Amino acid sequence: MSTESPPTSTAPESAAAEDRAAARPADDLTQQVYDSPKELAIKYALGACALVSVFTTLGIAAVLVIESIPFFQEVALTEFFGSAEWTPQFSEKHFGIWALLSGTILVTVISAVVALPIGLASAIYISEYAADWVRRVLKPGLELLAGVPTVVYGYFALTFVTPLLQTFVPGLGVYNALSAGIVVGIMIVPMVASLSEDALQAVPDSLSGAAYALGATKFETVLRVNVPAAFSGIMASFILAVSRAIGETMIVTLAAGASPKMTLDPTQSIQTMTAFIVQVSKGDTPQGTIVYQSIFAVGLVLFLITLAMNIFATRITQRYQEKY
Amino acid sequence: MESSSNGTFHLRRTRRKRIGMILAGVLFLATILGIVVLVTLLVDVAMQSRAWLDMQFLNSLPSRFADQAGIKPPLYGSLWLMGLTALISVPLGVASAVYLEEYARDGWFLQLIQINIANLAGVPSVVYGILGLALFVRFAALGQSLLAGALTLSLLILPIIIISTQEALRSLPTGLRESAYALGATRWQVIWSHVLPNAAPGIFTGVILALSRAIGETAPLILIGALTFVPFLPQSAMDQFTALPIQIFNWTARPQDEFRGLAAAAIVVLMILLFAMNLSAILLRDYFERQTAGE
Repeated sequence: MSTESPPTSTAPESAAAEDRAAARPADDLTQQVYDSPKELAIKYALGACALVSVFTTLGIAAVLVIESIPFFQEVALTEFFGSAEWTPQFSEKHFGIWALLSGTILVTVISAVVALPIGLASAIYISEYAADWVRRVLKPGLELLAGVPTVVYGYFALTFVTPLLQTFVPGLGVYNALSAGIVVGIMIVPMVASLSEDALQAVPDSLSGAAYALGATKFETVLRVNVPAAFSGIMASFILAVSRAIGETMIVTLAAGASPKMTLDPTQSIQTMTAFIVQVSKGDTPQGTIVYQSIFAVGLVLFLITLAMNIFATRITQRYQEKY
Repeated sequence: MESSSNGTFHLRRTRRKRIGMILAGVLFLATILGIVVLVTLLVDVAMQSRAWLDMQFLNSLPSRFADQAGIKPPLYGSLWLMGLTALISVPLGVASAVYLEEYARDGWFLQLIQINIANLAGVPSVVYGILGLALFVRFAALGQSLLAGALTLSLLILPIIIISTQEALRSLPTGLRESAYALGATRWQVIWSHVLPNAAPGIFTGVILALSRAIGETAPLILIGALTFVPFLPQSAMDQFTALPIQIFNWTARPQDEFRGLAAAAIVVLMILLFAMNLSAILLRDYFERQTAGE
């Protein structure tokens, strides 16, 4: 050990360095600490653990791409992206992803219509209006809602929401996109609410204070000052929640049916990309068949869509974050 | 704040405040809607399960006959899965977080790993199932075993454990590390005897929440080929298995009302397990916080 004190305690002249040390203890604090071979071994072992997450991503990408290659050797890309017929079980097989993609889009749009307004309203209420004790009840309640397994939501959609909807919507089948979409929406409400609330909490009080000083009422302040100031965070929460809805599997498998078709009618039975993957893998489709290989191609499309949305959401928060 | 056609300014505070109150009421109603749905769901499931939930249900093997069917194998399967998943994912996740927070220096590599972990947390669980199927079931030839299932679920919850552990480490005061280094401690001594014990409450809470996510997952297990009918209890990590969510899915998908009742009863068991885990997370955190406060 050197006799000099560590730089963090002797350098009042460089406030910036101190800030950095506070932000990341790894950076300046340990410069003068002696690393024995044992210490180095521990460091590299921990580093290897951190690399597992990188290899997971690479693994997902590699598996999806490599396993899709045999599929795309038999099915032309023009058919895959150009057709809206998905009939892997028929003797005359068609693999047009639009039949599944439209099912996913239909359920996602319904869930967004349900979840985005309710989630944002919850976030605004909890962050701006709720008294302390109300917040202490509501937040764990929403966390519990987020902790309900999706298969339980699927049961709820099929055995409670669908029969309930059938009393309002005549001719609604047992399997339909409407019920599944509504329940997927309920599932992502806590996500929208909690991420949007974080964004609203980050808005400094001085902004609303200025609005009050100009004579605005509470609601005007919240709607015209706080919400716009938190806009980037709210948008990011919307995108992440929609991406979650796209990847949701069990609710749509149980409640939306298994009939891939291109339709905008929410009362119809449809099939999403995720539900198709589950349908194939729970049956006894032999390995090496084109139907079996198709789940990797569908999985690849699903992965790319959700990945793009997640990256987009991160970009939005980074780029448009207001600096206060 | 409107000005009328002749340019006079009307404040209209009473009206504006009234509108604000009404709309705030709408916000409140939207907020409690989520809670109402949660309560409806719980009450509905509890009502449906009444006729089926008894000791015989917990202690029996699955059966084609609804009145003899039970959930012993899936319950054991879920507990096995949870244990194995914890053994794999907790050391890996905590070690990753320690490296990222205590060792890694700011730079593009750290940025890359952080972005990667955030994105992994958003990958649909069914895609993890595809990974598990190709990597563990087939490539590593583990078959449709508990171990393959636990490895798949471990990768699934790894990002959650890493992120929550990082937050727990970040919330510690720098003074804690500074004082230990000042006394001549090595890096690992600082981490093992000072950083980790003090971050334990946060780490435990995150781990339990991640495990409760894993225990409710269905799609990845279907993908790796968890069986739907298992008339035996797993004896080792290499055994074939079923799990509670799989059994719930299987019973729910049947059209007969009896099996829907069984599904509801299995849901009650799963939800009790989840509530117990959440509660223990809260209690553990409280216990540790009292310990630290007492020192």
